[in-house]
Amino acid sequence: MSGKTTLTLHGRKVVGGVAEGEALVTHDTISGWGGVNPMTGTIIETRHELQGQSFKDKVLVCPGAKGSSGWSGAFHLTRLTRTAPKALIFNEMTTKIALGAVVMRVPAVTQLDQDPLAVIRTGDWVRVDGDRGIVEVTRAEPLGRPDDLDLVEDAVRLTREKA
Amino acid sequence: MQLTDSEKAMLEGAEGKARQKAMQLLVRYGEALGAERFVITNNVAGVPGSYTPFLFNYYKATRENAYDRIYSLFDLDSDEVVEVPQVSVHSCHLQGGVDPEGWQILGAKPEALQASSDSERAATSKGIEILKTCTPYLVGNVPSRGEHCAWMESSAIVYCNSVLGARTNAEGRESTSAAMLTGRIPDWGLHREENRFGTHRIEVNVEVESLMDWGMLGYFTGAAVGERIPVLSGRFGTPQLIHHKHFGAAAASSGGVELYHLVGVTPEASTLEQAFGPRRPIEVLSYGKAERRRTYDELNARASDPNVDYVMIGCPHAALEQIEEVCRLLEGKRISSNCNLWVFTSRAVKSLADSRGLTQTIRRAGGQVLTDTCSAIGQAIPPGTRVAALDSAKQAHYLPAIMGIQAWFGTTRDCIAAALTGRWNGERP
Repeated sequence: MSGKTTLTLHGRKVVGGVAEGEALVTHDTISGWGGVNPMTGTIIETRHELQGQSFKDKVLVCPGAKGSSGWSGAFHLTRLTRTAPKALIFNEMTTKIALGAVVMRVPAVTQLDQDPLAVIRTGDWVRVDGDRGIVEVTRAEPLGRPDDLDLVEDAVRLTREKA
Repeated sequence: MQLTDSEKAMLEGAEGKARQKAMQLLVRYGEALGAERFVITNNVAGVPGSYTPFLFNYYKATRENAYDRIYSLFDLDSDEVVEVPQVSVHSCHLQGGVDPEGWQILGAKPEALQASSDSERAATSKGIEILKTCTPYLVGNVPSRGEHCAWMESSAIVYCNSVLGARTNAEGRESTSAAMLTGRIPDWGLHREENRFGTHRIEVNVEVESLMDWGMLGYFTGAAVGERIPVLSGRFGTPQLIHHKHFGAAAASSGGVELYHLVGVTPEASTLEQAFGPRRPIEVLSYGKAERRRTYDELNARASDPNVDYVMIGCPHAALEQIEEVCRLLEGKRISSNCNLWVFTSRAVKSLADSRGLTQTIRRAGGQVLTDTCSAIGQAIPPGTRVAALDSAKQAHYLPAIMGIQAWFGTTRDCIAAALTGRWNGERP
């Protein structure tokens, strides 16, 4: 398909395995216990950038973990309730996020050669190869192009076809 | 990871299946961290094998097999159920979800009480001390300086590192349950001297005296430094134990602070130079009147209705002197009929309060003294609560999000006044 861009990031394995999905990116660190509802996979922390949003089946991209030591327990529960993210990409290594990633059993990488928070956008398609520490990011439009331009062109094309 | 012979033996199963599963989990965890080895620990604080009806049903447990099943499948993240042996090292159980005496007041279901008392009985039989508190350091678990620990509970972790000078990372349920069986935890982060020096300097330019002052300073500090290590100097005297308790709890909630240094106060910070060691501060911040006011406003951002129907004291669990203060502030009056007052503490401190008649004083005023849990952990508030008043920045951070209510934050005096009148009248600093 034309207009797609792919970007490859290299980092370090935290948890092995391969998974892909749509990215959910936040610049706020995430609280586990008390910050997410593990029954629904939703961020509940007041004033969090993603408050009310679900990370179920998403590739979660975040700076790291904060808050309660119940972090791993809360994310462990998301595996049981099938609301866990598909993979985890983060910058700041902590015991909370390391243990949480281990017991969630999802591919996880850190220490990437480009800042994932700067280059991955919510909605991008991301493939995480935990074993090799590789992240592949696919975007529907070239970098720097306004998102809605394609929609406008599509609408024009459809109108012409109908006419 | 480089393992010693005895660690390799555990991993190969020489000490039984449970210790093998525990070691497997710890190796996965250590490798995820990038740790090269383990440290030996003889002080582990967690919530081993505890369960709610959700976990009980999820793992299709029976009352007879629940402890082994849940400890194996959840705590050790094993795919196979193993028999849980006696713990190898000094291990304690932190807070739980239900007060075994006051469970009806908390609105707990009988199934939840049964799950809690069954798992407590099983944990006791494995040699685990049932402290049932977020403040183990208030009830006799006081590790020595430099001692390697594996603790959960962010407010206890930050106390352990900062005030006692012992060494623990923020461990989780799975890693502490595995450490109880192996006496091992990854040698990473705060176990290592070079990672314990300060990263940020905070100059305190306003008097910090009351519990509320320390809570606000902690909340500001956590938000400012995230999970890094703040070094504070300036206008504070020598904080009391309860001030450290509220400062650390707040800093661990708004951020992820696991270690702080107060120059001239805490054991690894006799001087500014000692606190920073070879590091230079990444940032120098100031905490003055404007920052204090902004922090107060943030903590009160989730409140608009002055009609208070619930006052909660005891986050982290109240020390005896805090219960005494509540009694003093109640002055023999009765709390408003529109308001509830719940004071949360540990069983050990409650028994002291009982023997002093303090529990009775609070009950006579219309309040309750409860143990084991709190409103956030137990997800328990009086029926119909819409607006709470809290003297804990940590609880003000969590409770509105968890229970969907408004919460005011202020001094213990403001909170007890709200309980007596049913109205919030806290003063903005």
